Amino acid sequence: MKSIKTGEQKLSLAAEVMSLIGRVFLAAVIPLVAFYVLYVGFIFLRDSHASRTVIALVAILWGVGGVAVLYWVFNDIVERLPDPWKSRLLPFVFVGPAMAILAWYLAIPTLRTFWISLFDRNGPPEGLNFFQQLTSDSFVGLSNYAAVFTESLMREAFRNNLLWIIFGSTFSVIFGLIIAVLADRSRIEKTAKSLIFLPMAISFVGASIIWNFIYEYRPVGQPQVGLLNAIVTSLGGQPQAWPQWVAISPWNNLFLIVIVVWLQAGYAMVLFSAALKGIPEEILEASRIDGANEFQIFFQIMIPSIRGTIISVWTTIVIFTLKIFDVVWVMTGGQFGTHVIATQFYRQAFTNRNSGFGAAIAIVLLIAVIPVMYYNLKQFREREAF
Amino acid sequence: MESGKRQKLLGSLFFNGTLLLLVILWTIPTLGIFVSSFRNRNDIAVSGWWNVFPHREWKVTREIDPFAAGLNPDGIMEVEGVSGTFDEFRAGLSTPDGERLRWVGNKRLGRIQVEEQVWTVSWNFTLDNYRQVLGGQNFEFRRPDGTVEVVPGDNMSGAFLNSLAVTVPSTVIPILIAAFAAYAFAWMNFPGRRTMFIMVVALLVVPLQIALVPILRDYRALNLNGTFLAIWLAHTGFGLALATYLLYNYISSLPRDILESAFIDGASHFTVFTRLILPLSLPALASFAIFQFLWVWNDYLVALIFLGGNPEFELVTQRMAAIVGARGQDWHLLTAGAFVSMLLPLAVFFGLQRYFVRGLLAGSVKG
Repeated sequence: MKSIKTGEQKLSLAAEVMSLIGRVFLAAVIPLVAFYVLYVGFIFLRDSHASRTVIALVAILWGVGGVAVLYWVFNDIVERLPDPWKSRLLPFVFVGPAMAILAWYLAIPTLRTFWISLFDRNGPPEGLNFFQQLTSDSFVGLSNYAAVFTESLMREAFRNNLLWIIFGSTFSVIFGLIIAVLADRSRIEKTAKSLIFLPMAISFVGASIIWNFIYEYRPVGQPQVGLLNAIVTSLGGQPQAWPQWVAISPWNNLFLIVIVVWLQAGYAMVLFSAALKGIPEEILEASRIDGANEFQIFFQIMIPSIRGTIISVWTTIVIFTLKIFDVVWVMTGGQFGTHVIATQFYRQAFTNRNSGFGAAIAIVLLIAVIPVMYYNLKQFREREAF
Repeated sequence: MESGKRQKLLGSLFFNGTLLLLVILWTIPTLGIFVSSFRNRNDIAVSGWWNVFPHREWKVTREIDPFAAGLNPDGIMEVEGVSGTFDEFRAGLSTPDGERLRWVGNKRLGRIQVEEQVWTVSWNFTLDNYRQVLGGQNFEFRRPDGTVEVVPGDNMSGAFLNSLAVTVPSTVIPILIAAFAAYAFAWMNFPGRRTMFIMVVALLVVPLQIALVPILRDYRALNLNGTFLAIWLAHTGFGLALATYLLYNYISSLPRDILESAFIDGASHFTVFTRLILPLSLPALASFAIFQFLWVWNDYLVALIFLGGNPEFELVTQRMAAIVGARGQDWHLLTAGAFVSMLLPLAVFFGLQRYFVRGLLAGSVKG
């Protein structure tokens, strides 16, 4: 009896060992195969000269399928582990990739960019440790920041960005609000909203082309094919190359800001429209019966009730205009006194290859959004459920 | 009562009228390039796109030979009841019956043309602009005088494919990764859960400019610069905070008992996630997908930095910006190209507007 039992135990032990070896084997082979397939795909994409259609298709399959396969493989490995390890590790299989990517692409770069901003145009010398970098000749302390706030083009950029923030956000909010209120009581609400909203689907580069066409300038005497100059000359005015019109600097920036108002008013409209629909009809009806006219209702009831939405839309557009880049870069390239912070960042970090200066500008942008970050975190802490 | 009704009618007229005006104002810019993209290359260069609408134009009805009529260009000339100097005739003089007299050609050999205003439209539409902007090969263009000019095509179709190859994975990958993370935040317990989520919230508004310099260094070190993988990962990184946040809000609001009964039946987290959570979260996934799609398709800065060095992988926005830079006056190409670049976003936008609006209301705004 005894010996049989130990035999059984031995047998089950052997089975367990076998199954463990099997698990380890599978756990090693499956990911290896998966990684190998992904690697082959990567090499194909990097080096192949197949037709674009083939490359595009492989790229889509490889990119989308690859991520799915990776999750499946890691989940499979963890599921093979004994139970306490399984429940300990599984959450990290789920949350790990997201955290790793966020850390690599956003969280750590804030520190790295700050570190780079303390060095000259080549950044911290590679191959040295922290203290060697700190004592190297490339370390310049805060002088990049001093340059950021004193260089004449940077000052121009700050001034212009201020114009962008003030006029861009204000006009987007005002137009969005007017349109939302008007559409709310109109029979063409749906169509009107769709058409106002449509520019949101257009890229900045596309929008720049659209508006460049409106501002198109031809010398006096030639037929004006740009709409604005055609209107101006038919009213007896002088044609101008509007965004390039340095005589009215810095107000020529307004011709670029218009583009963003055109793009963002739809966004503001959608949010305001939803907020307005949330105002109880009885309140509006009651004030109408009390003899309030539409303007009083607008200013004394509607605006106060959707104040929260107005502030959040305003903040969003402020952050958005703070980082404005594409429009300026395509329309004027920052010439004619139209540089903004983000175009200066691009010019310094990538055209001039001055890493330290570019990094300092990026840090200034980051500091500018810290109040909003703080507000978001405060909101989150107040939420109890988490 | 009667006056109340009238006031209401006036009010409705005012509201609808103002709205209509704003809608027209908002639509005209897009309409302008849409119309122009189909206009003949020569027409675009010499007349505004609004000439496709009925308008009045001067048209020559007959000619007068001033020398046969015995006129002297050096003095005051009188023709058909109108008198003026040579310069005045050259600029054009109107007759009492609405015609216009204009001297064309030089002083010694010119003629006087009698023009009258006629209603006309400029409907000389063509698809050549699209052919040239999409094509990768040389394109023959026949000038009005019969000579043939060979211009290179702009290969927008190649850029279009590249944009697709960048955009589809850059949309799906962050959604997949964020959905896994959102599920873990909502339904799993693990150490560091709160800290990690606070990081997600804090990163919502961080400007992506902060990452460009260090990430470019990493890419150079890893030899990743100018590859699809590089730009997918970059877009994933920049979109992930928002995606995780939005999907967490949605997934954590799903009813708890559905999941619990699945666990009692012995389902693993992975099964619950793929079989239950993903299908149930489809509306939230769709709204974020639209956002990320539009964002990546329309992006210029990230592509410029991480793909900029590789002309083979040029995207639609880069191609367009390059045409603006090199041939900013070629409106027949710019308008057609702009429209090609807008085609897919507009289709997505109109097809899925409902989800798009829902996403906006859920706070889909990127840092």
